[in-house]
Amino acid sequence: MLNYQFDWHLILNGEYRQWLLSGLWLTLKLATVSMILSFFLGLIIAVMKMSGQRFVRAGASVYLEVVRNTPLLVQIFFWYFGSFKLLPAAWNEWLNATNEFEFIAATMALTIYTSAFIAEDIRSGVRAIPKEQTEAGFSSGLSFLQVMRWIILPQAVRMTIPPLVNQFLNLAKNSSLAMTIGVAELTYQARQIESHTLKGFEAFTAATLIYLILSLVITGLMEIYNEKILKPRGAQA
Amino acid sequence: MIHFQNVDKWFHSSLHVLRDICLEVQKGEVVVVCGPSGSGKSTLIRTVNGLEPVQKGEVWVAGQNVADKKTDLNALRAEVGFVFQQFNLYPHLRVIDNITLAPRLVRKTPTVEANRHATELLERVGLADKAQNFPSQLSGGQQQRVAIARALAMKPKVMLFDEPTSALDPEMIGEVLKVIQDLAKSGLTMMVVTHEMGFAKEVADRVIFMDKGAIVETAKPEDFFSQPKSDRAQLFLKQVLNPMH
Ligand SMILES: Nc1ncnc2c1ncn2[C@@H]1O[C@H](COP(=O)(O)OP(=O)(O)OP(=O)(O)O)[C@@H](O)[C@H]1O
Ligand SMILES: [Mg+2]
Repeated sequence: MLNYQFDWHLILNGEYRQWLLSGLWLTLKLATVSMILSFFLGLIIAVMKMSGQRFVRAGASVYLEVVRNTPLLVQIFFWYFGSFKLLPAAWNEWLNATNEFEFIAATMALTIYTSAFIAEDIRSGVRAIPKEQTEAGFSSGLSFLQVMRWIILPQAVRMTIPPLVNQFLNLAKNSSLAMTIGVAELTYQARQIESHTLKGFEAFTAATLIYLILSLVITGLMEIYNEKILKPRGAQA
Repeated sequence: MIHFQNVDKWFHSSLHVLRDICLEVQKGEVVVVCGPSGSGKSTLIRTVNGLEPVQKGEVWVAGQNVADKKTDLNALRAEVGFVFQQFNLYPHLRVIDNITLAPRLVRKTPTVEANRHATELLERVGLADKAQNFPSQLSGGQQQRVAIARALAMKPKVMLFDEPTSALDPEMIGEVLKVIQDLAKSGLTMMVVTHEMGFAKEVADRVIFMDKGAIVETAKPEDFFSQPKSDRAQLFLKQVLNPMH
């Protein structure tokens, strides 16, 4: 093992490099689309969880428990195999016609899974906002949803940005499970290269490095945001 | 305009904070509420806009029972301005947007019209030049005047003030009291929790003294401050006027 001679030439050139890059592109697309969707879904779940209506709150609780306590891989299979049975026929036809069924099923699973964690992050952000803000809003006649939308969430989401970045990193990594239903993202492509070239060690080392660099870049941007934007603001307030 | 009928309130089902409150505040009347810390003054005025529910009795505002399921509480609150001890401005919004938020959302006032009214109100509280600032860039006294403008923007029938000057540095108390004084003279119905004697003498129609959750004494300000009837009010006034003894 120590004497293993890496053969990078094959992988980092021509067709196989192209595979890796297209895998990276799909990973980013999967993570980004799921992130945006799960942010809004997470917002809705968080607001439901804080609602004054018991049934709305209970619905959100069930959602959170189910989603957080089942493995992501199972959820991916669930939507991949189950959506044909659960969705109306017209939707299925449309899904098939797009030729993107695997991508959509994976996005759905990742979105739902991540939204549960984002909802909890947003709730802790909301808890950090003094309850007097809510009282001030109610006192001027705003409804619960208006108070949330215009007063509490804008403040809470700002505090939630670091955990949201973390969720994005998790998403980028979790998206590798989408290979199991045939989404040709980064891990899938590394696997393909391995089966074509038998250079599995190189292929997965390359994939590992790409995931690592991706994480470091995002973490770095986060640091800059913290130093340049969050800290000066905090000092001013 | 505001009517308390045998109101009782408990916190955590054991702490009795309002005891058999009966009180009628007439339209245009200014009532000052005072009393020792923990006597239930804040709780009392917070029941008027339903921030605190009551367990017994009824609170009526402008002909509506606050606790009635048929009452639209949001609509009722739109008619009742509330000014907090700690201002509670929205830190992420500029001064002008702090003021126009509720008119735009609740009254559906067009932005241009809301901005115009807000500018007028800012002039009235002497802060016309601060419209584009964020709350954190203002002094306490300025923030409290913005908070008053924010409440007035809804054109309320009733204004409630919970110790509006006690979080302020002494040199800023005057500027805020001045604004409230002008309002009091304009004929707005007001309940003001405060220990500012000079203010009470100047504008209050009545002073209410509370202790341990009950209204102990109701009097004209000149009578209350010169010859309080109850022992507890006498003790309280002695402490407020001479805190060192
Ligand atoms: N949310 C709450 N939960 C439990 N107890 C409370 C709550 N709010 C107030 N209390 C208690 O109720 C009593 C009355 O409080 P309240 O704030 O109305 O008094 P106050 O007269 O306004 O006092 P202060 O002059 O200190 O503001 C106090 O004993 C207080 O500790
Ligand atoms: Mg108080």
